[in-house]
Amino acid sequence: MGSTSSTLLKIPNAEVLMQETGFSPAHIIRLHDRFKALDKEGRGYLCPQDFGAIKELAMNPIGDRIIGAFFSPGKETVDFSTFVKILAHFRPVDKDRPKEPNSPEPINSRSNKLKFAFQLYDQDKDGKISRDELLKVLRAMLGMQVTEEQLESIADRTIQEADLDRDEAISFEEFRKSLEKVNIDHKMSIRFLR
Amino acid sequence: MASSIYFCLLRTVFLVCFVNPLIQGLSGDVNLVNDRRHQLGNNLTGLPIVTFDWHHVQTPYLVIIWVFVAGLAKLLVIELNHHVINVIPESGLLIMMGFILGGIVWGADKAQTFKLFPPTFFFYLLPQIILDASYFMPNKLFFSNLGSILIYAIFGTCWNASTVGLSLWGCYEAGVMGNLDIGLLQFLLFGSLIAAVDPVAVIAVFEEVHVNEVLFILVFGESLLNDGVTVVLYNVFDAFVALGGPRIDAVEISKGIFSFVVVAFGGSFLGIVFAILLSLLTRCTKHIQIIEAGFIFVVGYLAYLTADMLSLSAILSVTFCGICCQKYVNANMDEKSVTTVRHAMKVLANGSETMIFVFLGVTAIDTEIWVWNTGFILLTLLFVFIYRIIGVFLLTWMLNKFRLVPIEFIDQVVMSYGGLRGAVAYGLAAMLDQDKIPEKNLILSTTLIVVYFTVILQGITMKPLVQWLKVKRAAHSDLKLIEKVNNRAFDHILAAVEDICGRIGDNWWTRGWNRFEENYISWLLMKPKARKNRDYLFSIFHKLNLEDAVNYVSEGERQGSLAFIRSDEAANVDFKKQFGSEFTDVMPDIMVDMSNYELGIETFSVTSIIKDTIPSVSLDIHGQDRKNAMDDVNAHHLLQQHLYSSRKHHRHKYSRSHFGINQSENEVQEIFQRTMRSRLESFKTAKMGVSPAKKITKHHKKELTHKMANGHPDGTGHLYGDEVDSAVGSETGAIRGTFLRDTYTVGAGIENPVVFPDMDSSTHNSLPWLMETDAVAPSQRAQWHLPWTPNRLRRLAPMRISTYSTDSFLMADLEEHEEKPQTDHE
Repeated sequence: MGSTSSTLLKIPNAEVLMQETGFSPAHIIRLHDRFKALDKEGRGYLCPQDFGAIKELAMNPIGDRIIGAFFSPGKETVDFSTFVKILAHFRPVDKDRPKEPNSPEPINSRSNKLKFAFQLYDQDKDGKISRDELLKVLRAMLGMQVTEEQLESIADRTIQEADLDRDEAISFEEFRKSLEKVNIDHKMSIRFLR
Repeated sequence: MASSIYFCLLRTVFLVCFVNPLIQGLSGDVNLVNDRRHQLGNNLTGLPIVTFDWHHVQTPYLVIIWVFVAGLAKLLVIELNHHVINVIPESGLLIMMGFILGGIVWGADKAQTFKLFPPTFFFYLLPQIILDASYFMPNKLFFSNLGSILIYAIFGTCWNASTVGLSLWGCYEAGVMGNLDIGLLQFLLFGSLIAAVDPVAVIAVFEEVHVNEVLFILVFGESLLNDGVTVVLYNVFDAFVALGGPRIDAVEISKGIFSFVVVAFGGSFLGIVFAILLSLLTRCTKHIQIIEAGFIFVVGYLAYLTADMLSLSAILSVTFCGICCQKYVNANMDEKSVTTVRHAMKVLANGSETMIFVFLGVTAIDTEIWVWNTGFILLTLLFVFIYRIIGVFLLTWMLNKFRLVPIEFIDQVVMSYGGLRGAVAYGLAAMLDQDKIPEKNLILSTTLIVVYFTVILQGITMKPLVQWLKVKRAAHSDLKLIEKVNNRAFDHILAAVEDICGRIGDNWWTRGWNRFEENYISWLLMKPKARKNRDYLFSIFHKLNLEDAVNYVSEGERQGSLAFIRSDEAANVDFKKQFGSEFTDVMPDIMVDMSNYELGIETFSVTSIIKDTIPSVSLDIHGQDRKNAMDDVNAHHLLQQHLYSSRKHHRHKYSRSHFGINQSENEVQEIFQRTMRSRLESFKTAKMGVSPAKKITKHHKKELTHKMANGHPDGTGHLYGDEVDSAVGSETGAIRGTFLRDTYTVGAGIENPVVFPDMDSSTHNSLPWLMETDAVAPSQRAQWHLPWTPNRLRRLAPMRISTYSTDSFLMADLEEHEEKPQTDHE
């Protein structure tokens, strides 16, 4: 459509983005509109407050963590291409993509989705989910009726189940292995980002 | 218990059996005694102390008895459903009860004296059901799917009507049905009345089958909006039948099409007019709060009748009246009135629905109306079923090209199977003119059979069908703890990302409309006080404050005295100053309650006292938990119970029999409270060590836009945005500024424009939530509650006393604020 292509031109790096993420032009445009709507002052980038303005996120127990995931370590702003790339993690997996051995894994592959989830737990980015980090996540997701002791117990058991090399922490491989049976493609995909 | 069932049954049977011979006996003796005066005149031999006069009360008595019996029937049905297998939907069971009752009446009377008369149905039983449905309609969901709903309602119904009518006619011409005195037009008329999906039946059956909310709103919305089409088609074909075949030409047909536009849009417009009227009314009813609840019902009913009078679509009128007025009415009316309306609506709607189904059953037991024509009836059933399926799949295929979230296969199956016909079809059939349509009884019988088939049979098989279709996909195996935790985490992640992406329907139109609505329509239709109160987040704070106040007092009473209420001076976040003038008048409750506690300014820290007491409390409660070893079962059980549910798991909020705050809302509030607190903490930790500004800017009483805590405008963004449905007023977040940024950056140059003048490092040490909570570990709940009680309560509630009462600015503020509660307190 004529209007699509002209709007697309206004978006910086649209072509590159579409290539990397696999989004269609319509999606890029929609996401760009959303980006502009969130960026109320029109600065071209987003800061944590802009995310904080989304009221529903305050009612999500791990909302603040997810906001944090958008910001690379050390950076305070999110520009449009980072925004799109992170959201690309949630695209449904393309089942009929030809498997080219040399091309890099698409952002929405199962493995990358898992990596994204792993990063949410692993706040200090040491490649392992320590007991404390797990405790923090559990605390956020469980109601206030659960006591500290119960919480610690759950955390201990959880680590026990997943920890194969007995180092009291869950590495990415262990994490991946423990979620073998879970249909990640289904659980970490948003339909309307297809 | 089984005994109660038998008791109910006995009572019902007894009543009906008792009443009927009585009626019969008395109606047979009409000549004897007519009324009291007459009696007194005729047969008086002495002074009658007590007389028995049936006819004096006959009509209202019968009505009330039937309402009573219907209520008992419902009770019976619910009891049965609890003890017998929960297989047959309530509506089906009610119809069967109706059969029984009808049988009893017929047995007594040899004629069906109590039928479902169309005027009774259309004037007294239907309007409140529609009003209830529209009043509780989830508006956002409805409007975001409005396009699809309209497509299904208009084209789906037309498709159903035409195909069923034409196919039946074709079969008739082919001679399958034998000899009937019917023409093409009458077939089309029949098609139009049998085509419409019935809202009453849909609610009744779908409520027991928990489908996802989009699917529900599609079917439900369709059932409501197709009335526009049904009414038009029915009237058009009725008129055509009266006119006769030859007189129908292009002019008439185009008039028919035009009448659709007029009827549908006219009805909706009329509904909107009445909604505006209602909102304006409730805006002015501050002084007659005791009866303002009644206005909803009166005006709703007026909308229905007016539309009917003007031959517009009455159901559409009531629907739009309810949909449009809900927001303003709920905002304007007193809380008690809102509760009254909700409860009364449910009572009326439930009662009417029960009566409709019972009478649908009773009406069946009547030898006069039954005409059996195998071909006609079976073919009708077949066509109705098949064309519904074809229609749904066809339309969905077309719609999926345009929808953002396509409608899945299983949803389509449920939708086509959920095309239930109900009492509306019966009512329309009963209104047919016998002279113009000689085969009226055949049509009536067929309609009844279709209704019973869909409600009972399809109702019974709906749940198993849904379960079967879904179970086919998912393999059920026992999940490990880590899988469960992660599953839930993924749900939350998805919900969050969906919110970040803006979900479906968040586009320029929605935002534009919301802005328009906030600025102009709300200004017109909402009370000014209610407008300020629109901030969702503020209302949560309000609720939490009230909760805390209650907890606080009950805890204090348990301690024996309220002497330890006196708190220290660390009132850093002076809630009152931030929300101050705008909100003191809407929080009179807190103002009044707290006035009993003369909160002096004392310097000793109570937190130590609290900390001493709480641990013992927690020890008592949780002592045994520490002793028990936590084994696998417990852990799983805990997770099951206490994991916060994500948006996916929240049930759709529309329900005929349940409403109000459910578990998910409490959870949401809890989550929200924690998030806000953690944000506040991170802000405060960032603030520590920054020298406080000495200036206190006067708090202006302006509209709630872009206001900082101390009148200091800040351009760095707001905590609570004006997302889709939150009001302009939402920008009065308690905490503004850059604290979020502080959470995510470490040591970057942080500017803190938000100024809390009271803050200085000495007071931080006494802030309970900033202190290290080590030593005794109270239960998490107590820990969280700690900051919310003595100190925090002062912070968040608009206390009349602020910490620095010697400050002249604050005193000045105080004066002003104190005036307001008196004048505005209701």
